[in-house]
Amino acid sequence: MQISISKLWQPGIVLVALLLSIPVLTIAGFVFEPSGENWEHLKQTVLPEYLTNSVLLVLGVTAGTLSIGVSTAWLTAMCQFPGKKSFVWLLLLPLSMPAYIIAYTYTGLFDFAGPVQTQLREWTGWGYGDYYFPEVRSLGSAISMLSLVLYPYVYLLARAAFLEQSICVLEVSRTLGCNAWSSFYRVALPLARPAIVAGLSLALMETLADYGTVSYFGIGVFTTGIFRTWFGLGDSVAAAKMAALLLMFVFTLVVIERVSRRQARYNHTTNKYTQLPEYRLTGLKAILAFMVCLFPVALGFLLPAGQLSSWAILTYQDMVDEAFLRLTFNTVLLGLLAAFLSVMLALFLAYGKRMLATRSVNVSIRVAATGYAIPGTVVAVGIIIPFAWLDNSIDDFMRTQFDISTGLILSGSLFAVMFAYMVRFLAVSLQTVESGLGKIKPCMDDAARTLGYRPRETLFKIHMPLMKGSILTALLIVFVDVMKELPATLILRPFNFNTLAVRAFELASDERLADSSTAALMIVVAGLLPVIFLSKSISQSRAGSNDK
Amino acid sequence: MTNRLEVKQIDICYGNKQIVNNLSFSLTDGKIGCLLGPSGCGKTTVLRTIAGFEPPTRGQVLISNEVVSDQKISLPPEKRHIGMVFQDFALFPHLSVQDNIRFGLQGWSKKDQHDRIIELLAMIGMPTLARAYPHQLSGGQQQRVALARAMAPEPSILLLDEPFSSMDVELREKLAREVRHILKQENITAILVTHDQHEAFAMADEICVMNEGQIYQNDSAYNLYHKPVNRFVADFIGEGVIVPGMVVGGNTVNTELGNIHGLVPQGCKPGCQVDVLIRPDDIIHDDDSTETAVVVERAFRGSDFLYTLRMPSGIEVLSLVPSHHDHRINETIGIQLEFDHLVVFPRASAGENTAAQ
Repeated sequence: MQISISKLWQPGIVLVALLLSIPVLTIAGFVFEPSGENWEHLKQTVLPEYLTNSVLLVLGVTAGTLSIGVSTAWLTAMCQFPGKKSFVWLLLLPLSMPAYIIAYTYTGLFDFAGPVQTQLREWTGWGYGDYYFPEVRSLGSAISMLSLVLYPYVYLLARAAFLEQSICVLEVSRTLGCNAWSSFYRVALPLARPAIVAGLSLALMETLADYGTVSYFGIGVFTTGIFRTWFGLGDSVAAAKMAALLLMFVFTLVVIERVSRRQARYNHTTNKYTQLPEYRLTGLKAILAFMVCLFPVALGFLLPAGQLSSWAILTYQDMVDEAFLRLTFNTVLLGLLAAFLSVMLALFLAYGKRMLATRSVNVSIRVAATGYAIPGTVVAVGIIIPFAWLDNSIDDFMRTQFDISTGLILSGSLFAVMFAYMVRFLAVSLQTVESGLGKIKPCMDDAARTLGYRPRETLFKIHMPLMKGSILTALLIVFVDVMKELPATLILRPFNFNTLAVRAFELASDERLADSSTAALMIVVAGLLPVIFLSKSISQSRAGSNDK
Repeated sequence: MTNRLEVKQIDICYGNKQIVNNLSFSLTDGKIGCLLGPSGCGKTTVLRTIAGFEPPTRGQVLISNEVVSDQKISLPPEKRHIGMVFQDFALFPHLSVQDNIRFGLQGWSKKDQHDRIIELLAMIGMPTLARAYPHQLSGGQQQRVALARAMAPEPSILLLDEPFSSMDVELREKLAREVRHILKQENITAILVTHDQHEAFAMADEICVMNEGQIYQNDSAYNLYHKPVNRFVADFIGEGVIVPGMVVGGNTVNTELGNIHGLVPQGCKPGCQVDVLIRPDDIIHDDDSTETAVVVERAFRGSDFLYTLRMPSGIEVLSLVPSHHDHRINETIGIQLEFDHLVVFPRASAGENTAAQ
């Protein structure tokens, strides 16, 4: 029986990996496509701007996420000050805020007609042009917005790395004449560097993938460029070539992330964890630490969430109508379907890997899980090109043979959207399912067998109850990710099919910021669920910490 | 006495690699057997073949006189009516102690299940921990639950795969004796796999010393120590030194330690070059003896010292001496040779099965 399973399973895994790499392969194929007139034109006009803006954006977000992420990680890992325990999880809250939502919220707050400038004019009696106020729709703002919601990646990994460091090496450095600050710079920071770099590369992948924020602020970067070239110029080749360029940046980040994670594993100084003796901060230092931690929480979550809530209270009665309910229903349906499918696929891959750890299986699974790094815009373009070709071929065939037009059965339907979600989010469910499966040691299967249970009974009696938690977590995380996803849904959704994220984006783009708040708030609230899960699992599984 | 387990001439291969080579042994009812050998010798593979996880490429396995494995059939593990205790216990983390024990009792009536669980919990000395979960137990307690779970369905044979290897070294022998006591009380036939001779000695009635996929010697602990059949067994079991010698007469071997008397392997005519195994208990410390040796190294072991002594000829031997004989390094002490068991191997035979006592 085992032979027949492995005969089907292994090719199945390879097939899944091949299918999921269609978008990347398609885009990569366009690198060698002869460049058309439009491409030459783009190269001379907007491409340098896209490149400069992308690089500036990446550099800015690097500075922003590093300064916020590392400082808060160090303070909450190594210091004791009022409110520290709460900040450990409060600092994760901005993860639930999609960057595009925080971007409209701040625009509503700070642009000329917003409450801040209006108040300022009221107090001072200034009029338009009488005073300087920073431009909200600018590259600088985009950097701030992205930094405020993406720093938790750096914070999470850096904090874990600080906690894993044996206090011994820090104490050794103290006995060798370093003071607290210099042992941070000379010992703790270099040891945590691989983890910090891994967190940073995740944040930068999100930065490069962002479409909503930069598009709303009108900044020309690769993702907005792909959109414009595709829909404005109608040139799919040029758009794909631009996507290929973006993909190169992304893969550099993927390599950096993987290498850093590998190094992070070797940077463990000891396996014996002792409770960390924390630096007790008092007086001015404590206030300063408190402010440093409060700042990102307030600006990244509390302020925008408060603004959204107050808008929503004003507008929800007008906004929540039948159309809105259908929108919500669509979103939930899409999320549930994608979550279910991706967990099924993840189970298929993870069990395959567990039973037959062959080289081709391992490589396939790695390939299948690379999609998390690929921007939604690139995935969408990489899907629509082959699907449209396939649709046209099927349509031609059916027309000539049977005189029936099948239309766009793949690229124009939910199938394309769902496929994009699998490419993007399979890694998320796979990681969760694999970590759950890792807890079921093979000898537990053997034990059940020797106690008289057939393999199928073992699955129900041992695996199901033990996997339940991770399967539910995986479902939840994918569901929320789908709910927040913007660019791929925007491009691939069937005609007249809307989701909350798309609707919020449309309303905001029409300057109906207050009206968009109900949809946006729903996305944020849903986004809080996995954050709660995350903070719970962190507080439960920390070596060397005393909080159980 | 009937054979509860019979392993007949099995070969086991992974791909092209032969792990077990023409291996046979049997175990009679109520006995505790042991497969003892260094890691990688194939002992766990043999156990997994008996359990039904690995099919043999050749040969037969019989449990209670029924063929469970040969080239054609391989009864799945769940049909073999065996119990198995795993290296890291493999307790089910989502089930309490009593539910772990109950797991193999499907088909029993509620009352029988209950009675069996109570009985086993009493047997392992944990009557109050029925509702505890595995993560709340100490290593030793988890081990006993694993044992109770494996014994619960009254298997015809119990298989123990390195069951003490994750325990503290000091605990292992004590636990091995405890487990032996329980198994003997219940008259269970069991087979233990280990690389630790002290565990094997503390627990097993019969021990098969394995190396490179073969059984070198299937014997009692006493015989393995005093009558090893080849140099591998001599080396693997206990301590000792091998000294070259030459057969001079019918039952006499001349070595640098003088003439030693005892049975010489057949075919070793006078003039034959041989190796003689000298155990630490063959060299007796005697202040009055005219023969002397110099203390080179000493290891205090509590009740005795293990001295490394240099003989006048320059050869070094080990000697076990009660610990009130406290001699310093470089001191010259009197010794006496006392061979109850002469172990002699023909010189060319290193590693071969042609040996004698």
